[in-house]
Amino acid sequence: MSNAPRSQSKHPPASGRPPGSVPPASMPRAPALPRGEGTILVTGACGRLGKHVVRVHHRERRVIGVDRRPFPDKPKDVVHEQLDIRRKKLKDLFRAEPIEAVVHLGVMHDPRASQAEHHSWNVAGFQKLLEYVAQFQVPKLVVLSSANVYGPQPDNAQFLNEDAPLLGGARFSEIRDLIEVDMLAQGFFWKHPSTETVILRPVHIVGAVHNAASNFMRLPTIPTLLGFDPMVQVIHESDVVRAIGRALVPGRRGIYNVAGAEPLPLSHIVKILGKPSIPIPYTFGKALLKRLWAFRLTTFPAPELDHIRYVCMVDDARAREELGYVPAMPIEETVRSVELESW
Amino acid sequence: MRLSSVAGRLRSVAPLARRLIDSAVSGVDDWMTGKLGEEFNERLARVPLNLTATGVDEFGLDPQWTKWALASVAFLHRKYFRTEIFGKEHVPAGRILLISNHSGQVPIDAALIGASLFMDVEPPRFTRAMVEKWTQTLPFVSLLFARVGQVVGVPENAKRLLENDEALLVFPEGARGISKSFDKRYQLVDFGLGFMRLALETGTPIVPVAVIGGEEQYISVGNFESLAKLLRMPNMPILPQLLLPFGALPLPTRYRIYFGEPMRFEGDPDDDDAIIEEKVFAVKATIQSMINRGLKARKSVFF
Repeated sequence: MSNAPRSQSKHPPASGRPPGSVPPASMPRAPALPRGEGTILVTGACGRLGKHVVRVHHRERRVIGVDRRPFPDKPKDVVHEQLDIRRKKLKDLFRAEPIEAVVHLGVMHDPRASQAEHHSWNVAGFQKLLEYVAQFQVPKLVVLSSANVYGPQPDNAQFLNEDAPLLGGARFSEIRDLIEVDMLAQGFFWKHPSTETVILRPVHIVGAVHNAASNFMRLPTIPTLLGFDPMVQVIHESDVVRAIGRALVPGRRGIYNVAGAEPLPLSHIVKILGKPSIPIPYTFGKALLKRLWAFRLTTFPAPELDHIRYVCMVDDARAREELGYVPAMPIEETVRSVELESW
Repeated sequence: MRLSSVAGRLRSVAPLARRLIDSAVSGVDDWMTGKLGEEFNERLARVPLNLTATGVDEFGLDPQWTKWALASVAFLHRKYFRTEIFGKEHVPAGRILLISNHSGQVPIDAALIGASLFMDVEPPRFTRAMVEKWTQTLPFVSLLFARVGQVVGVPENAKRLLENDEALLVFPEGARGISKSFDKRYQLVDFGLGFMRLALETGTPIVPVAVIGGEEQYISVGNFESLAKLLRMPNMPILPQLLLPFGALPLPTRYRIYFGEPMRFEGDPDDDDAIIEEKVFAVKATIQSMINRGLKARKSVFF
């Protein structure tokens, strides 16, 4: 790999710093490792997906987790830096040792957080991260975007490929900063060819995670829209972690849709879960959800109804071919995984 | 909370309701088998399908729904319209593009071509067709279309279906074709070029189809454009027969469906419109002459 010698120079002569201000090396400095074995920095490491990624990789390579939340049950050999990625301190992590790969999972999805907070965290924070990745010439960057950036539309192709326009924000403005993150990563991909940038766009992630899709499937009675039953794709979190692992392999770069096991109609998900469902007319459901949202009785914003109305499915042929990614979790287990006790 | 008690009651009723539905389904199944004969089920078993683990295909086609839809269309096909099929030996196995004239205000022609591909042609198969994008915004309609194998009309979907070796039905006249007024009957309007690029790209043989009998089922005297625009529909034909008792039913004309010999084209799918147009014109001319011959052979609209 042509990038290997670069990652060996531990200290890029950054902005004329006096040599004395190197952070005290409490841990032995990682020796120069061949590509694919160096340190990984994971943002959002304390989310459920982040923990999963950390657990998969910490035995084989050094893992630094960055998150402002605590990491109570972290494995001993994982370094957890409890900090906000918008803070300058993040830069010290890059300065302290050569980082071989950055896995960016730290995207805020909380629909209740204010727009300004969302934007500052997701976009400004990510920009900072990109700045350091460029400055310290990190050879690999993996960004977890989402297939939701394409958005559910009545005129979507059944399977969208990576070139499809990102229209998710057209009806659902809260998703715009996710699209912005995806676009920033795309811009970075072209501007900094020395970093192998991989953008993963997984479909609805389900499992122990707490996101809209999993929470929806955990409802005691699942509401559906009367007369609509779109095909949906779900992916188990372990398959997402597997895809991230494939993306970390040296030499891989590009944008990849990541889908789980086969697509299925929403009604089949309800059937697998063995739960009752209530079909609600769309106009009524939308008005009701708006009201509930205003009174803080639901965590689902009304525009998300489009996800149970129209298709938003992706073609993951490119990930299968180029990343060698194959989902391992069968569809029934994937769906049922939302019911399991989370760890 | 009232809501939770309602949910709880629903949960206790749900298994009972499911059992009732299941028994109703099997009852209807038995009755259908009695009406349509064993041959219907035997043909159903031979339809090539690419089903996923949960029993639908990747576009949402459900064999059970399709079976019921075909059973109801079978009644229209055999009894109501007494459809005659010509040239069924011309339909090859494997991927095909069926290119047909479009007529009749409501797409009964598509249903009848679908029924004949299942009931008359060897090997039996489910026809896939492309539907208007706006149908996806309609409740029940979008659901029904998806379950019986109709997909949203975008080129990516068509390509994927053909790569899965499906039989794809395309009406290159589009919505303008189906809403022809009575004085323009059986005159093909402009063909879109997309189907030809698709055929060239996927190496698919084109089977020209002429449908006769559809133009007389609803007599349209014009198009109510402003109302159509208001309802966001592609067109709104003016049908005087709707004022008559039972006028909403199509007139029981006799349908005649002609399948022509498969046409194979070669060339670059990204050629200029002018070059593609020539090939499209060859298909259009074939269909128009099939229609003209069929009209000449027809003795009566109704018999």
